[in-house]
Amino acid sequence: MLQTARRGRKKTGSEAQAAAAVHERYLEAYRWMLLTRLFEEKLASMYRGGMITGGVYVGKGQEAVSAACGMFLRKGDIFAPLIRDQAGRAAFGEPLVDVARTYLGSRLGPMRGRDGNIHRGKPREGQLAMISHLGAMISVVVGSLMAKRWRGEKDFVGLTTIGEGGMQTGSTHEGLNIAAVERVPLVVVATNNHYAYSTPNEREFACASLVDRALGYGFEGYEMDGTNLNACLETIETAVKRARAGRPPQLVVASILRLAGHGEHDDFSYVTDDIRKEPFAQDCLKCAEVCIRELGLADDATVRNWRDEALRKVDEAVATAQREPAPNAGEEDWCAISTRELCDPVE
Amino acid sequence: MSLTYLEAIREAQAKLLRDDPRVFIYGQDVGGTFGGAFKATKGLAKEFPGRVLNTPISEDAMTGVAIGAALEGMRPIVEMQFADFSSIALNQILNNAGTQYWRTNLPVPITVRLPSGGTKGSGPFHSQSMESLYAHYPGLIVMTPATVEDAYTMLIDAISIDDPVVYCEHKYLYYHLKADALPSEGMPIGRARVARAGRDLTIVSYSAMLHESLAAAEELARENWDIEVIDLRTVKPLDTSTVLGSVARTGRLLAVGESFPWGGVTAEVLARVASEGFHLLDAAPARLNAKDTPIPYHPNLWSAHRPSSHAIAAKARRLLRE
Ligand SMILES: Cc1ncc(C[n+]2csc(CCOP(=O)(O)OP(=O)(O)O)c2C)c(N)n1
Repeated sequence: MLQTARRGRKKTGSEAQAAAAVHERYLEAYRWMLLTRLFEEKLASMYRGGMITGGVYVGKGQEAVSAACGMFLRKGDIFAPLIRDQAGRAAFGEPLVDVARTYLGSRLGPMRGRDGNIHRGKPREGQLAMISHLGAMISVVVGSLMAKRWRGEKDFVGLTTIGEGGMQTGSTHEGLNIAAVERVPLVVVATNNHYAYSTPNEREFACASLVDRALGYGFEGYEMDGTNLNACLETIETAVKRARAGRPPQLVVASILRLAGHGEHDDFSYVTDDIRKEPFAQDCLKCAEVCIRELGLADDATVRNWRDEALRKVDEAVATAQREPAPNAGEEDWCAISTRELCDPVE
Repeated sequence: MSLTYLEAIREAQAKLLRDDPRVFIYGQDVGGTFGGAFKATKGLAKEFPGRVLNTPISEDAMTGVAIGAALEGMRPIVEMQFADFSSIALNQILNNAGTQYWRTNLPVPITVRLPSGGTKGSGPFHSQSMESLYAHYPGLIVMTPATVEDAYTMLIDAISIDDPVVYCEHKYLYYHLKADALPSEGMPIGRARVARAGRDLTIVSYSAMLHESLAAAEELARENWDIEVIDLRTVKPLDTSTVLGSVARTGRLLAVGESFPWGGVTAEVLARVASEGFHLLDAAPARLNAKDTPIPYHPNLWSAHRPSSHAIAAKARRLLRE
């Protein structure tokens, strides 16, 4: 439990330590969220300035859910993030410069200009590179976890994310079902941000809550308030722990509102005034800042320092990527397979 | 000892499971005591416990699992119950497996086995030949073995290749072809084979159509035509130089395939010969495919839908007279 640092009865030594650890974790998550918000604001402004080709997709409002996804994973785990997971990717260890490189198409980035924006990853390091087709990555994580089990690895988990829109594809259905059949240590975090692009919930699904599907698939299910960082940390920590301990796959369903367009090209004018007043429409970052101030977890000067430090990191990542070479079509290796002698000889 | 094409596929998988701990087989009904709809994995689940696994009817997820396992170092074989149902897995095969190496520099060594092609009475959804479709997309190798020996060695090669392989095994050949022994080595992957040498016309074919083409060549031999027949073996990569070498000898080209006529392997063969070997041709190149309708159920219709040896011989005769 997150508790006030100032008030309350006097704690025993171990209680105080536990409380301190929880506070530290909360602040760590907050810093990932802050870094993400500032970085994505920078990407959005670069997009508006015509400096980024293609699209920019941000996770504004979803940072708490995403940060929590990355924070309980460790080396040897598998993370298959999706569109709004900058915070989780960073927390799992993706360097900021690789994000800038991918958005700017740097030849030195993980995707080398061959793929862009959110379609990035380093599968050798357990960060799977999403394809656009929603739901397709779930079964891929299942397969990676099966391979680890065959190799005799222990204590690993996989975590993948999906939106409420992506929850409706056939691929998602097949993936969730096969995860339960293979009984792999998987956590699926589904964020209902109330719109799939412009389509509201009532045209997406007709069940009362997506968490009800957990039972149908043989998962254990949880609902959480995605605007409440502490709830996100506690719920996802529990789910990850239970998966690691060999419980059935876990489904966490978070509720938030997407506080930006689908992508930066989108003015999200379809988001109604009524929905903007819902409790789930609160900004998780602001909520966390209020909590930090009210509980006295960190003073204002410290938070200001964190912000300045994050801005420095953002500028540095972007500046580095901007200095790097763009791909060159003349030097590109136009062979889509690794077995070069089997490249088709077509002109 | 005599082995069928189907038994060669089973033997190849047994050898792979025996020799390589990274190999596992994943598909509907492949495990238990059943051994697959066509018995291509008969007895393997018992011999290799935990490595020949039944799956839910989820072609997309079966393939996704294989991709994920391959990224972690395994060598999965996915058995589609029929090639036709691989349509459900198209996304995983084309967009996930097919793009992975290009995007991330990490290849995906999966092999997807497709029991392909028409047999009597199988109808629109258990008869399809999908090699043209898979060959169209980047990042995949597409094999279409036509002999018992190739069925065996090419499947073993498929698993050793670091890239995704779509292995199209023809259901008609399962029981119709026999060999006395299995070779320890085959021709290199990506190389076409001159299945019959001749001087008057080149028929380029693959999979079950190879045998219709060879029968057509026999029929024409009785009329004193000397027909060369090429077995492509893999349709991607397509061994353009062996085809061009043959056309250089004969001056005439007929490409024969069992898939639908719009685009496809035969169109690709013609396009390559026309653009790279136009000067070698003494007559306009021709092609013969299945008809542009769903594959019919009744044998009277089915046997006219796909190219038969007689239809191939008739088309070749017209070409030889030009
Ligand atoms: C199978 C598939 N169909 C369509 C799209 C195009 N598309 C990309 S994101 C998106 C909306 C996704 O909504 P949701 O899953 O709720 O995630 P959110 O964008 O709200 O985070 C759509 C329709 C896609 N990526 N995949």
